Amino acid sequence: MQGSESQFEIVEFLNPAGELLRPLPDALSSRDSLIHLYQIMVQTRVFDQAAINLQRTGSMGTYASVEGQEAVGTGIGFAMHKDDVLVPYYRDISTQIQRGVLLEEILRYWGGDEWGMHFKHQQQDFPISVPIATQSCHATGIGYAFKYRKQARAVVTTCGDGATSKGDFYESINLAGAMGLPVVFVVNNNRWAISVPLKKQTAAKTIAHKSLAAGITGYRVDGNDPIAVYHVVNQALDLARNKHQPSIIEALTYRLCDHTTADDASRYRPQQELDEARKLEPLIRFKTFLKNDHGWSSKEDEALYAQCTKQVKKSIKVYQSYPDQPDGEFFDYMFAQPTADLEKQKQEWLAEVKHHG
Amino acid sequence: MAEWTLLEAVNHAFHHEMQRDENVVVLGEDVGVNGGVFRATEGLINEYGPERVIDTPLAESVIVGMAIGMAAQGLKPIVELQFMGFIYPAIDQIINHAARMRNRTRGRITCPMVIRAPFGGGIHAPEHHSESTEALFAHMPGIRVVIPSSPARAYGLLLAAIRDPDPVVFLEPKRVYRLGKQEIVDNGESLPLDTCFVLRDGIDITLVSWGASIKETLEAAADLAKAGIDAEVIDVATLSPLDMDTILDSVARTGRCIIVHEAARSCGVGAEIAARLASDGITSLLAPIKRVTGFDTVMPLYRYEDHYMPGVNRIIDAAQEAMVYR
Repeated sequence: MQGSESQFEIVEFLNPAGELLRPLPDALSSRDSLIHLYQIMVQTRVFDQAAINLQRTGSMGTYASVEGQEAVGTGIGFAMHKDDVLVPYYRDISTQIQRGVLLEEILRYWGGDEWGMHFKHQQQDFPISVPIATQSCHATGIGYAFKYRKQARAVVTTCGDGATSKGDFYESINLAGAMGLPVVFVVNNNRWAISVPLKKQTAAKTIAHKSLAAGITGYRVDGNDPIAVYHVVNQALDLARNKHQPSIIEALTYRLCDHTTADDASRYRPQQELDEARKLEPLIRFKTFLKNDHGWSSKEDEALYAQCTKQVKKSIKVYQSYPDQPDGEFFDYMFAQPTADLEKQKQEWLAEVKHHG
Repeated sequence: MAEWTLLEAVNHAFHHEMQRDENVVVLGEDVGVNGGVFRATEGLINEYGPERVIDTPLAESVIVGMAIGMAAQGLKPIVELQFMGFIYPAIDQIINHAARMRNRTRGRITCPMVIRAPFGGGIHAPEHHSESTEALFAHMPGIRVVIPSSPARAYGLLLAAIRDPDPVVFLEPKRVYRLGKQEIVDNGESLPLDTCFVLRDGIDITLVSWGASIKETLEAAADLAKAGIDAEVIDVATLSPLDMDTILDSVARTGRCIIVHEAARSCGVGAEIAARLASDGITSLLAPIKRVTGFDTVMPLYRYEDHYMPGVNRIIDAAQEAMVYR
């Protein structure tokens, strides 16, 4: 018995043509709230393109683009409560900007400065995790702390489809199930783990099927539809916060970009597949929906893009104005109090700098 | 005053901290109902409940990863990994996250936590249950590596480790878990981390060791004394960061140094101590630095493990060789 794809129905609100298939969730019944979702997606897209340009022009290091996955993060961020905690991977800009992370902080991180993970306006969310799936484990501990303190809070952790092959993912969903922890595991199924397509990752019919072995709830959702993502994440968070039921949400989307700026997807990804995926991408569909159902005008659209572009330009200015770290600051945050050895190594380094410049 | 074994001292340190601070939680395989396979956590679940003494699924990576999440939320997790031979699945979490979180968030998120594991050979345990791989952790920036060698130091150093604001890998020499008792006052007083303990004063030669090998090192010192050689014995106790000052001070007086450890020789912590003696104390050396260690082999199964481990005779031989230099 291998199960079938249809065992987990794909939740959709907007079809690829931008037509609304079912009544809107309460939180998204107003025109303004829908425009808010669209604004986050556009903001992410405009930022993303600017970040790639910064890398290409040598003003920033390697960067992991989120193009194509904006709807997933947008829906997650809209569903999360302020006192929930996000444990992200590296394509969660749409979520992070809704949780107080500044665009300039994201640039600062990819620009090679740890202060980009300090987050001026967000104390508890984790920084992005680079080692794949390791963050799933952290989410269980945060969820445990919430449950231990009897707080109605939940954790959202994200990863890509490749991460679901890793032990940490299995260990975490299994433990969350066994202990009944308030954790929502959102898998961005963008079909590619760098060059390896999902069919080479697993024989499971869907990623949602992996919930079965862990004894937790599984969902599949159209990850290019922010309304559907919001709806499913909201439902899962409610179960997590109030009933301590963890879940896996498989958000079906597509990585329209390269893996990172250091990657060239044309080496392994068929152009035709990319062309097909572009037709399903989230921004076009949502704009069509806004236009047809809510009278969204091209003038309004242009104004929104202009506003987002202005915001991004401002963030780049702030990024470029950040002062350098003081020499040898990298010694200072290894421990609460620098050890005698570290202090000595730092002084040696500073003397070296002074001597040789 | 009570008399405790090293294992009982660990247990009492748990009790002390768990009574004092309800953020302290204990997690690992078999730590709850069973009280741990060595009984280090015996009785804790009855006293503090299953919410604070957590029997986890058998999955080392998520056990440590979970502790990282807990620590980020202000809990004080103490992880037990059942044997050092099973710590490796969790190395990713220890090195990539616990050791780095403070630095990569510039102090926004920290990981005050203790990762305990029994280690070392000599109890005739099955395969994979007897290794000493402390150097793997001592090499990694951002974590402390602490090894007690007596009940009193187990009690005092574990308290210090639990109260430390950064992650501590706390390795317990299981060969001496139940070997002898020591009078200890259960007053919650910790011992300092990042410092060596001088266990025996001497003027002729410095013997440096840690963990269970302290036993053979002290025995060797006693035998050497009979032969008229007065050895100083230093228990390193915190392997990282290393308190070289105490070792350098000692060698400045004795001029000779033998480093004893059960772990394989190459790139062991003994190599670091020897390198730093060479760089910072070479003018006080009268004799070559010797290492009496395990070999660069796989730990033999129990029938031959004694062949691998540094015994008293090997320490005495090395000391006498060093004494030839004047």
